[in-house]
Amino acid sequence: MKVRLVDVAHARSGDKGDTANVGVIALRPEWFPWLERTLTRERVAAHFAGIIKGGVDRFVLPNLNALNFLLHGALGGGGTVSLKTDAQGKVYSTALLRMVVDVPDDEARALGLPVSS
Amino acid sequence: MSRTVRVAAGQGFWGDWLDAPRRQVEGGQIDYLMLDYLAEVTMSILQKQKERDPRMGYARDFIGAMESVLPAVAERGVKVIANAGGVNPPACAEAIRDVFRAGGAANKLRVGIVTGDDLLPRLDELMAKGHAFANMDTGESLSVVRDRVLSANAYIGSEPIVEALAKGANVVVTGRSTDTALTMAPLRHEFGWGSTDWDRLAAGIVAGHIIECGAQCSGGNCLYDWRSIPDLANVGYPLVEASADGTFVVTKHENTGGRVSVPTVTEQLVYEMGDPHSYITPDVIADFTTIRLDGAGTNRVRVSGIKGRPPTDKLKVSIAYRAGFKAVGSLVYSWPDALDKARLADRVLRERLAKMGLRFEDTLTEFVGVSATHGPLAGAVVDVPEVQLRVGVRSADRTTVERFTREIAPLVLNGPPSVTGFAGGRPKVEEVVAYWPALVDKTVVTPSVQVLA
Repeated sequence: MKVRLVDVAHARSGDKGDTANVGVIALRPEWFPWLERTLTRERVAAHFAGIIKGGVDRFVLPNLNALNFLLHGALGGGGTVSLKTDAQGKVYSTALLRMVVDVPDDEARALGLPVSS
Repeated sequence: MSRTVRVAAGQGFWGDWLDAPRRQVEGGQIDYLMLDYLAEVTMSILQKQKERDPRMGYARDFIGAMESVLPAVAERGVKVIANAGGVNPPACAEAIRDVFRAGGAANKLRVGIVTGDDLLPRLDELMAKGHAFANMDTGESLSVVRDRVLSANAYIGSEPIVEALAKGANVVVTGRSTDTALTMAPLRHEFGWGSTDWDRLAAGIVAGHIIECGAQCSGGNCLYDWRSIPDLANVGYPLVEASADGTFVVTKHENTGGRVSVPTVTEQLVYEMGDPHSYITPDVIADFTTIRLDGAGTNRVRVSGIKGRPPTDKLKVSIAYRAGFKAVGSLVYSWPDALDKARLADRVLRERLAKMGLRFEDTLTEFVGVSATHGPLAGAVVDVPEVQLRVGVRSADRTTVERFTREIAPLVLNGPPSVTGFAGGRPKVEEVVAYWPALVDKTVVTPSVQVLA
């Protein structure tokens, strides 16, 4: 089954220099372990391949049911140097939430994950 | 019931809602009003203003804010802490004293001034002594851009603000204090937290992080269930009700819009976060993985469990330097085939720029409405009603950027069809002031406090 990240998480993003950070938060606490397993550093790096110039770091905040990603080289130089509309990475959050993940049917059902049609 | 101290946020950046400070003092009881005016490049803007007029160089919005909250400060004892001083805290303090005089409160109010963060006058001396101010991102020595530096300020912590409050300041004006210190300092002052009381200092920092962006923790810019957030027109800015043990409740005044909930606070906690285990400040390193959030009634979130540890022996330094010029031009193309028309216009523009031999350090084309913010992740494009072509260039040479700005409008008559949206005329050339983050030994920065009666 296909699960859209936007249906299981919310997010906010910001900037530090040329790095964007995206904090991703499970919409329900019981979905966080799945989110933590699924949203690996590699998967996020693959999602943004060709869009960001540097690597990806990942941090886990189980206390907030959240993951924090640092996307390096994401802002066209960052701050005032950048020519981008989103020079401060404000909507990298929703760009990450565009991810769609294949989940085995029984796992999706057991967790009650919203399945995209 | 144990004593609580209420610190309210009234400004999340320079340019935030002008009504917010007054609404925070009039909407209910608070002890402190915290106003954060400084972003990374704000200091350089203020430095340019000070060069033109030595009486300037601070956030002028703060003067209007003080006028609007003066009755609460003079009659109810609300204290104000703001980093509005920019590169000229003494001039800012003088303007505040004028506000006191005009309001007939000069005899009973004192303004505290925190200085010592400004390293610009000492930069060459410090570099000669071996402080490289290496760029934290690239490792380059500051000498690469030294001749273009506009401002250099160390981020200083809570101690000088605590000292100003202890000396009886009603209003404390700082330069480049950390945003979080503006909230932590009054808690430290009120509760007598010691300089090694790591967990409580960290709690004060987390309180500061949550409210330093104003309404961004109380329903503003909140993605979670955003349609249901009530009455954003009347949004309540946040405040913390803190206790001596370092726990606190995030809330907002009654009869205001917006929402304070675990999701709204969580979104703000992860905003601009790096390594959550190490949120480094001059006073303490806070561990964001220890924060516990619990709903505590309508529009109330209780925050507890926060752990801290000793800080490093460095201070972060915010340096701004001139980095060339940029301009951004845009045109709007309409259906049918809006995106194809915008793409052709971009090709035509670039061919003309190339034929003139103009060289840019960076050129960026975006198609707003199609791919500007999410790029290829946005997926397949249908025949959209309109597309904004947005082209930006950057160059060390001003003339080169000026020439670019002349090439946008002609496309209306000599490029692809169905084009509009060129009102506003030629794009403006802006000087780029870039940010250079560095570290410096704490020992070379000595904050200084003065309280004026």
